[in-house]
Amino acid sequence: MKSDGFFSKLTKFVEYGSLREEDLTLSPSKKQKFVDTDSPENRWLTTVQNSEKPLAARIATWVSHYGVSLFDRLYRVAAAFICFTLIGLLLSVVAFLPAFGDENAPAVNEVVERYVSKSVEETGTTNAVAGMISAYRGFDTLGEAHVLFAAACSVIILLRVDDPERRHGRLVDPVMTGEDMDFEPNSDLVLRKAAKILVPLSFIFGLYVILNGTTSPGGGFSGGALMGAGLILTSVAFGFGRTERFFGDEMYHLVKTACLAAYALMMAYFIYMGANGLPDGVWLGIPGSIISGGLILPINIAVGFEVACTMYCFYALFRKGGL
Amino acid sequence: MTLLDGILLTFLIICAVAVSVKRNLLASIVIYMGFSLIMSVIWLTLEAPDLAITEAAVGAGVTGLLFLATLKKIHAIKADDVRDREDKPDEK
Repeated sequence: MKSDGFFSKLTKFVEYGSLREEDLTLSPSKKQKFVDTDSPENRWLTTVQNSEKPLAARIATWVSHYGVSLFDRLYRVAAAFICFTLIGLLLSVVAFLPAFGDENAPAVNEVVERYVSKSVEETGTTNAVAGMISAYRGFDTLGEAHVLFAAACSVIILLRVDDPERRHGRLVDPVMTGEDMDFEPNSDLVLRKAAKILVPLSFIFGLYVILNGTTSPGGGFSGGALMGAGLILTSVAFGFGRTERFFGDEMYHLVKTACLAAYALMMAYFIYMGANGLPDGVWLGIPGSIISGGLILPINIAVGFEVACTMYCFYALFRKGGL
Repeated sequence: MTLLDGILLTFLIICAVAVSVKRNLLASIVIYMGFSLIMSVIWLTLEAPDLAITEAAVGAGVTGLLFLATLKKIHAIKADDVRDREDKPDEK
């Protein structure tokens, strides 16, 4: 009573559940001599002695003993639960869809008719495919762009070489290492002469396809792939040093993230305003001219530059382990 | 179906079989690029020019290039002089 303070009494009360006269008068080290732990009325004290370690330490021992197996079990249960929930959800949705090949299904009649008859009026594009991809099905296309971004990220994680000196081919004798990535592409005369003609053409054609995506076949993805092919051809014919002058690591990250962010923002605004032909405050332009289709033209430009970056990024990472 | 479509589809099937039959990886990549080129012409005849441009740029161009880069990375393609030196003893 005299030696124990109020707080130790309180912890004893909390831990033992009750207060006894000897608990209050004796310190815990002395207590063990007096109490016969084998007698049935004092059996609870053995558990108390085990639990005299602090709570955090007890939890830590418990977790180190059982934690992994318990997490394993929980993980399996949760995985099975999520899997079966998803299967059930998707199957129940399929039950509400029209039967396959049903001639009265709205996807066969109404959707197509609306795309064909209303796309010029609602999206401002004379190219119905562009209107469908970027406006009616814009959310899907945004998902595809993100898939492309994730693919580029995983390729960077797998193939990037950390040493910048190695990446830029400095201080390394390619004959010594024997690795293909240390060799500059040694191009021949035919390739250089052909590239001098083809590279500007592919860039100009890529830009044309991107900008005319609303009025003629093409769009962001095709034009971006063409421009990416032009970038790859440049680096194949003239070496990586030539492309690094205008398209290095920082430029890649800047263009790619800026384009994807701009695309996501435009799409978010488009969906927030109701999408699918509802007025969203963006001037649709004159159908058939270059500036038409409202948000579709800037979306095409963003997608195009992002795809071009990704194409070249893939090639450079495969070839030399970095941009 | 016009005559052109028939010829293109026949070539498409021949290419598809040849890609899997060919044992030389470099040759099968080149055939695969040819497959994509034929496919892009077929898209054009099916009045899908959007897909035709994409197929020509991605299928015939970039995919083939990436395959070639992968083959070089795993040393499945050797430099000309190395291959010549290794091939000559086999011919004798």
